[in-house]
Amino acid sequence: MDSVRALIVDDSSVMRKIVERCLRQAGIELKQVLEAGNGVEALSVLKDNPVDLILCDINMPIMDGLEFVKQLAGVPNAKGVPVVMITTEGSEAHVVQAISCGAKGYIRKPFTAEQVKEHVIPVLAGKT
Amino acid sequence: MKSMTDPVAAKGSHENWISLIEVSAREVFELMLSSRLTLPESSPDLSSLGLTSMVGLTGQLCGLLSIRCDGKAAALMTSKMLGVPLGQVGPEVSDALGEICNMVAGNFKNKIAGLGDGCLLSPPTVITGTDYNLHTLVGSPGLEVNMLFEGLPVVITLQINS
Repeated sequence: MDSVRALIVDDSSVMRKIVERCLRQAGIELKQVLEAGNGVEALSVLKDNPVDLILCDINMPIMDGLEFVKQLAGVPNAKGVPVVMITTEGSEAHVVQAISCGAKGYIRKPFTAEQVKEHVIPVLAGKT
Repeated sequence: MKSMTDPVAAKGSHENWISLIEVSAREVFELMLSSRLTLPESSPDLSSLGLTSMVGLTGQLCGLLSIRCDGKAAALMTSKMLGVPLGQVGPEVSDALGEICNMVAGNFKNKIAGLGDGCLLSPPTVITGTDYNLHTLVGSPGLEVNMLFEGLPVVITLQINS
């Protein structure tokens, strides 16, 4: 697998660091890790930075994860980029909503590095 | 912290929620901190627990889930979450404690059938200090779970407003 440019979107800086660590533990070689604290910040980051993978929380201030994923359709640097939601919102309805918005994967908090691997590797390989 | 609605014995459908809160917390600590919570032999001295993280619940279940601990426990939680030595832990302690509370609250509501869709969580708030009062609706029940994290007391409380 080629090295990956990842964008991690979460209003918790601690959670962003944990997600990055889990990606590395999953054996994913990270060329670049970009961070954003909400959907608006993430859209701004994407204007100047192409990425290969986006991991995104749902409950965030200013712009939540679902709205962010909807708006990705109009962002050139995000075209075809898989999004995996990582969130405490674990209901079936939330999963369906996230997938219908364009997410390719869904990980419930709390999670392990192994779960991140199980969900992210197939997404990066284009198998979902 | 002094609660204006002290925890009371759970009644009716809330009776088994104490065990759900306990399981929810255990899962968060085991998966995210690689730490097993244990049960204390006695109730902790609440006046020594100077950090409180709170997450509000609204919708089909309205209330407040809080986690109280002392600074040493919060720093150790942060250290374990981030995988860094305790000495390297800095101002991210509040963020970490807030995220733990958020995950326990989310994990708890997801364990109650039909509640996940109809109950939303607020962003976490962290309070430092012990000299404050928590005002909740009169008569609203409170469920309290006392646990030990690496031998240090952690008190998880769910105040239920509806």
